[in-house]
Amino acid sequence: MITLTHVLTLSGLLFAIAVAGVFLNRKNIIVLLMCIELMLLAVNFNFVGFSRYLGDINGQIFVFFILTVAAAESAIGLAILVVLFRERRSIEVEDLDTLQG
Amino acid sequence: MFPGILFFVFAGVLIAAALGVILARNPVHSALLLVLCFFNSAVLWLLLDAEFLGIVLVLVYVGAVMVLFLFVVMMLDINIEEFRKGLASYWPMAAAVAGFVVFAMINIIVVKHLGGMSLRSAPTLAADYSNTRTLGTALFTRFAYPAQVAATILLVASIAAIVLTLRRRRGGKLQNITQQVAVRAKDRVRIIKMASEKRP
Repeated sequence: MITLTHVLTLSGLLFAIAVAGVFLNRKNIIVLLMCIELMLLAVNFNFVGFSRYLGDINGQIFVFFILTVAAAESAIGLAILVVLFRERRSIEVEDLDTLQG
Repeated sequence: MFPGILFFVFAGVLIAAALGVILARNPVHSALLLVLCFFNSAVLWLLLDAEFLGIVLVLVYVGAVMVLFLFVVMMLDINIEEFRKGLASYWPMAAAVAGFVVFAMINIIVVKHLGGMSLRSAPTLAADYSNTRTLGTALFTRFAYPAQVAATILLVASIAAIVLTLRRRRGGKLQNITQQVAVRAKDRVRIIKMASEKRP
């Protein structure tokens, strides 16, 4: 029997793994973006779980919008990454310090 | 009982794939494991009776976003070994933060059960319940305006991505549409009068 506890625990583990991934791969922007996708997936899990167990469809509507915004975000992020690679020939986070004051 | 077993199997694969995403040496492997994550999540959402979102996850994420990721990873010629340098020093920090997140969540979710709420089983659905119909009814009535905003965001994002990566090549042959439209017949064709030639 699946209870809300199972769903929330799975989502929490997924989020923790994604946070650890952000720390582990702090050089590689592509894997950082993937970790952000994982975090959003964990959040969506929470929304779907609560939506199911509270019998409220609004949670799933919100997941729909999160998916939309996440797709837009990754499209723009990857476009910036491609432009950056053309300019610098590198995507290491440490090289991206042009904007610091 | 059977959905419970399925849940644990797919959740296990999901966690393993997520660990693979953050630990893989090659970004291509990370991207492919993330695809596996999304497939497993779609199945889990199907088990949670969110059929429409499960299918949307496969279509949008696996079909579009991850293909974009793979495309970019393969297009950028990055030095993998360069990234792995000095990663060992980040281990304790990562483990500490992840451990804290897990501890906090477990404390609230498993020990306190959200005040007993998370132990209830899911409300049973009517036999003719349609997830897609319910979602569509809400999306096109109460949430019609947010849906329009989301569509605009997608449009703006796609235009932004195109404009960002558009590159004019030097020496490329481009049309000048204004000049082409403004041209008149007398600019191009000259009609002259001449006596007809005699056939030899």
